[in-house]
Amino acid sequence: MGIMDGIYPKKLRFGEIGLSVVMAVLAAGAIIVAAKAWTPEYAFHAYLFSAAAVAAIFAIANRYTARDAATPQMIDGKPNYNFGPVKFATLAAMFWGLAGFTVGLYIALQLAWPMFNLDLPWFSFGRLRPLHTSAVIFAFGGNVLLATSFYVVQRTCRARLAGDLAPWFVVLGYNFFILIAGTGYLLGITQGKEYAEPEWYADLWLTVVWVTYLLVFLGTLWKREEPHIYVANWFYLAFIVTIAVLHLGNNASVPVSIYSSKSYIVWSGVQDAMIQWWYGHNAVGFFLTAGFLAIMYYFIPKRADRPIYSYRLSIIHFWALIFMYIWAGPHHLHYTALPDWAQTLGMTFSIMLWMPSWGGMINGLMTLSGAWDKLRTDPVLRMMVVSVAFYGMSTFEGPMMSIKSVNSLSHYTDWGIGHVHSGALGWVAYVSFGAIYCLVPWLWNRREVYSLKLVNWHFWVSTIGIVFYITAMWVAGIMQGLMWRAYTALGFLEYSFVETSEAMHPMYIIRALGGGLFLLGAIIMAYNLYKTIRSPEPAALGSRAALVPGE
Amino acid sequence: MQDNAAKPANDKKASVGTTGHEWDGIQELNTPLPRWWLWTLYATIIWAFAYWIAYPAIPLVSSFTKGALGWSSREAVVADVRDLQTLRGPMTAKIEATSLAEIESTPELLSFARAQGAAAFAVNCSTCHGAGAQGAKGYPNLNDDDWLWGGTVDAIHLTLQHGIRWDADKDTRASMMPAFGRDGILKPNEISATADYVRSLSDLPVEKGADLALGATVFAANCAACHGEKGEGLQDVGAPKLNDKIWLYGSDKALLIERMTLGGGGVMPAWSARLDAPTVKSLAVYVHTLGGGQ
Repeated sequence: MGIMDGIYPKKLRFGEIGLSVVMAVLAAGAIIVAAKAWTPEYAFHAYLFSAAAVAAIFAIANRYTARDAATPQMIDGKPNYNFGPVKFATLAAMFWGLAGFTVGLYIALQLAWPMFNLDLPWFSFGRLRPLHTSAVIFAFGGNVLLATSFYVVQRTCRARLAGDLAPWFVVLGYNFFILIAGTGYLLGITQGKEYAEPEWYADLWLTVVWVTYLLVFLGTLWKREEPHIYVANWFYLAFIVTIAVLHLGNNASVPVSIYSSKSYIVWSGVQDAMIQWWYGHNAVGFFLTAGFLAIMYYFIPKRADRPIYSYRLSIIHFWALIFMYIWAGPHHLHYTALPDWAQTLGMTFSIMLWMPSWGGMINGLMTLSGAWDKLRTDPVLRMMVVSVAFYGMSTFEGPMMSIKSVNSLSHYTDWGIGHVHSGALGWVAYVSFGAIYCLVPWLWNRREVYSLKLVNWHFWVSTIGIVFYITAMWVAGIMQGLMWRAYTALGFLEYSFVETSEAMHPMYIIRALGGGLFLLGAIIMAYNLYKTIRSPEPAALGSRAALVPGE
Repeated sequence: MQDNAAKPANDKKASVGTTGHEWDGIQELNTPLPRWWLWTLYATIIWAFAYWIAYPAIPLVSSFTKGALGWSSREAVVADVRDLQTLRGPMTAKIEATSLAEIESTPELLSFARAQGAAAFAVNCSTCHGAGAQGAKGYPNLNDDDWLWGGTVDAIHLTLQHGIRWDADKDTRASMMPAFGRDGILKPNEISATADYVRSLSDLPVEKGADLALGATVFAANCAACHGEKGEGLQDVGAPKLNDKIWLYGSDKALLIERMTLGGGGVMPAWSARLDAPTVKSLAVYVHTLGGGQ
């Protein structure tokens, strides 16, 4: 590419200048806000914004001096894939995963032994719990989605990612949002909406990042060299678009002042509750289901080296899932002030959602037909197949729990926690682990991960952990629900709340044990990935690696 | 394994064919929808339509369809509560009509009142007094015979009804200890000496060089009116006994100094504002029969 330097002298691009100016304005504005901020916590965040904006300007300048004059779309007739942001998001996913699992284990220990709250506000369960949920869902899961979507959309479109700085802005900007959200929780900044805790300024920042993400994704689809759009990309696109809509709807809040972190939502009362669970349920549906189904649709056929079982099923279950999911939110508000008709719709749409959800499971599992023997020899594929099995299980359990009479027992109990974790640990995390085990050797030009034996260890250790976790929570939750509703023959409540807590204590310890095993598995994984990246590059690269010049 | 050329033939491929596209080496079979899957999807949709006819479902302009079964969640709750009241009703009426002493002497009424009291205690009282009524720092143990405001069933009932230092109830048990230190009634050395003297009343060791004589003088002038000359306490004003080695806040000298400095006392809500009369009666019986009732 040295020749090109002569033909096209290197110039600053419009995007480089424009983004630098925007970042300079942001840095200066954030300093003013920091100076006038009402609370030191908010000032700290303003300084973080300022520092990040200055760092961004340096990064842009640094990249300018390092890059070639032109970035070709194709090299020797092959796409010049942009894998830098993919690599970053992959490593960030592993980092946040370890952090999120560790906090999860810690709060599990707090529930079993409250002394772990340490009588310090920053370590209290109330602050660490959203740190855990956001770290695993949005930091770990989000980075997995960013990494895989940017990888898959390039490979299946045979096109370089759209945008020059934009993909980096998306990946780095998203992780900066995570930093603001997480430190905010520890400092006590929250708008108190489950899974939407970050305050208005973090939400605004995420909106800018997310719209850029959508544009990069759409732009890459637009440039595609393939006549059709692959099914994984439908799911990614549905995920990106719907999350944008949900985020805007549930964060329609008005800040008290630009100098205050506090804001108030425009919705009130039961409408606010309904919007919140429309958001909350579809965060599960479109972030944790549609997005990760996209991962499944690429990585399972790729790893198994088998065609997708049924194109027709993929198209029908995609549209059915998209259409049904968005209505199911009210099942989180059974037996509340929400009107009966809305509860009915939430429940019936949840039931109708059962088969659309299972369409993905069928397509994932049946893609293995003719390759089942690989489950014995390939622990990475086994991990992804088990994830699909957990997906099937929790997408049956979910509709069942949405039935009002079941919900009257299960709601507000630890059964809900068990249900969420069979989906989160079994489905989301496992399909992510599988994808990362595939991605890291592909991105760093290695034949395979450092040790499949360690993958096997990871698989078994964490599978046992998951089984401990979810069975403990099933027992605890059902026991709790039954104890709450138990009446004596004279017509009085049989148990007090504290008696139910006492009865669940052994289950809480087993749950913490399960979480510990799951974390141990992830540590094994991180070591394995580290060794994969640090191992010497093979002399002769495979066909995939040859397609990756310049990275 | 990523090599497209090495893709092995698939049995299925021959029978159903693929869609003809390939993305990064991935093909898609043209397998028809599994029949069982499609029929189950249809079944859930038909079931949903049936459910919409039977139950409240469709929002209208200012109302919604009520459903053929006429079910509503509010009426379901009302019915549940009514069933419970029917079950408890006859016995509850007897509790209401019977005096506390008579309830305790009638086995049938006593067992019902104890069941009702235990349930109400678990929900309302255990937060402060503990699940076993064992108490905690600042919250008295209700199992022993050391009572702040009286341990007869009537005294307990009165305390439950009107609460302790509960401003919203004009008949509440209101008296409290002055803030001897904060309000400058006593000097720090006097408080310190009195703390040692109070410890000496129940034979606890005192600090070296403690001025017990000064403590005794201060105690007689400021404390004895309520706590008694020998620290025997006075239930009329809720003044605890100081000579029995049972301590509400603890017996450390530092804690005693804190209590004398800040004064005041614990607060209990007036339960007659929260619970119905028979439940408050049953609670009184339950607490009275825990073991320490007088």
